[in-house]
Amino acid sequence: VRFIKSQIRLQSTDIISTVEFNYSGELLATGDKGGRVVIFQHEQESKNRPHLRGEYNVYSTFQSHEPEFDYLKSLEIEEKINKIRWLPQQNAAHFLLSTNDKTIKLWKISERDKRAEGYNLKDEDGRLRDPFRITSLRVPVLMPMDLMVEASPRRIFANAHTYHINSISVNSDHETYLSADDLRINLWHLEITDRSFNIVDIKPANMEELTEVITAAECHPHQCNVFVYSSSKGTIRLCDMRAAALCDRHSKFFEEPEDPSSRSFFSEIISSISDVKFSHSGRYMMTRDYLSVKVWDLNMENRPVETYQVHEYLRSKLCSLYENDCIFDKFECCWNGSDSAIMTGSYNNFFRMFDRNTRRDITLEASRESSKPRATLKPRKVSTGGKRKKDEISVDSLDFNKKILHTAWHPKDNVIAVAATNNLYIFQDKIN
Amino acid sequence: MEVNIEARRILAVSISKLYASRTQRGGLRLHRSLLLSLVMRSARDIYHSSRESEGPSGAQSAPEEPMDTSSSPGEQTRLPEPQQEPAFNSAETDKENLSPAKQSRKRRGKASAAPDFLPSKRARLEPGEERYEFLTHTLLIFKLKVCWSTLGHSLQGQSFITGRRMVPPSTSLACCH
Repeated sequence: VRFIKSQIRLQSTDIISTVEFNYSGELLATGDKGGRVVIFQHEQESKNRPHLRGEYNVYSTFQSHEPEFDYLKSLEIEEKINKIRWLPQQNAAHFLLSTNDKTIKLWKISERDKRAEGYNLKDEDGRLRDPFRITSLRVPVLMPMDLMVEASPRRIFANAHTYHINSISVNSDHETYLSADDLRINLWHLEITDRSFNIVDIKPANMEELTEVITAAECHPHQCNVFVYSSSKGTIRLCDMRAAALCDRHSKFFEEPEDPSSRSFFSEIISSISDVKFSHSGRYMMTRDYLSVKVWDLNMENRPVETYQVHEYLRSKLCSLYENDCIFDKFECCWNGSDSAIMTGSYNNFFRMFDRNTRRDITLEASRESSKPRATLKPRKVSTGGKRKKDEISVDSLDFNKKILHTAWHPKDNVIAVAATNNLYIFQDKIN
Repeated sequence: MEVNIEARRILAVSISKLYASRTQRGGLRLHRSLLLSLVMRSARDIYHSSRESEGPSGAQSAPEEPMDTSSSPGEQTRLPEPQQEPAFNSAETDKENLSPAKQSRKRRGKASAAPDFLPSKRARLEPGEERYEFLTHTLLIFKLKVCWSTLGHSLQGQSFITGRRMVPPSTSLACCH
């Protein structure tokens, strides 16, 4: 785990709700509560400062989703972007999927740096000339122009989810993707918008018997027939699409037995998994529940291989966190490119990194003070005992309105993006 | 006894959250509603079992420390505002709810009876609190199962307590299913 030097703080007008690097790490997309997507591009290192990596600058901004109204159910559909997932790049254009609670959209982001000029079809004032007046054939010439980045919606995948979409995941076949809501998971083909296949349905015949919901789902990074989904009961199911059209029977079932000594009113809430992510290798997966992050070996179902406590000092505060709704916060987690480290967020704009090899962990803060240019981030510590050391912060002083729910790690380099409410921080490590 | 008080408090908080979540933008969140109902069930079971044992609650969940709410900024849960009145009136006229509510007042003694965990002896009840108490009685009489089925139904388009009908914004698009 290295010290990370601060690099950029970018302020959005709205609360950031998702952050995602593309496959090369050249582009970083953020979605916000207002339905907007902002894409940042990594600029090449400048020759003046070869010891620094390039910066991320705004590349494209567009409105992905608008608020809608479902007249049938008298429900407003929020425009908040729940997830963005990039497609692997196949040509000069970039494609991403963005989703709100009900509708998934495929966006094409392309550059235009040439314009055709020399038409003789219009008068000087812009009116179309009478065809009889045009006596010569003039072929337009492509002239350079200022770079323009355009985003256009290429596909709209709608009306397939009764409940709120919580996840989308692109399959390794690069042709299909899955979308998951509270009770169902659908498989789509990227080219087909009027049909999707339902592959998981956990809705009980009698809704009174509902005991768990789907909280997250992801496709395996290499095996296009395998996906996992997590539940509100703290379990993960791995399914193989070759086994049956409807994957109601899991191939593997991951669950850690509950520790009976830690039972409380809120045991069920804090065991609910808020995020599940495969490692890049495809050998492991990581789950995030309210207080911890767990790494699972796909070959071992009865318990995780590693458990990391994110903010164990909150265990005695659960009642208060229930009252102020913080206990329902859904934290995400992410792997670094080599799967040697994992990262997740906490409160007070703290985020945590765990090195899986050395078992060392670090707490850092995403704040304006820490983002002075080129400043090295100072590790933070929350004091749990009675005596509070200097520079430590006590649990009662934590600001629970400042929560880091969304973080992303560059697929290759040690560059991380951290979303703190409506601020995006990008941190890089020192190159020296 | 401490656990009993705690259970009552958690139940009261949960009910107000459940109620408030129905008017949330974006509609009822199934996951959140499920978690709320699980907490409510735990609290209700603990409350009733501690009442029956009439004494130390025994080997129940570890008591939570009395919370210093100053450590949790952000909105505290409040009792429902007086604007909730339309919902309450609909509940009265809704046939689904009417008879059980009446029966509950006659039934006594069993766990499903009108709960008295909310303080019943008050100098006076504020209008909001009166409605809040009636709503609490109604919800608990149904137990969590019935409450749960109504949540499920309301997600599919039928209303239990209709609450305020959402007025569509003039610029929004029609969404046909």
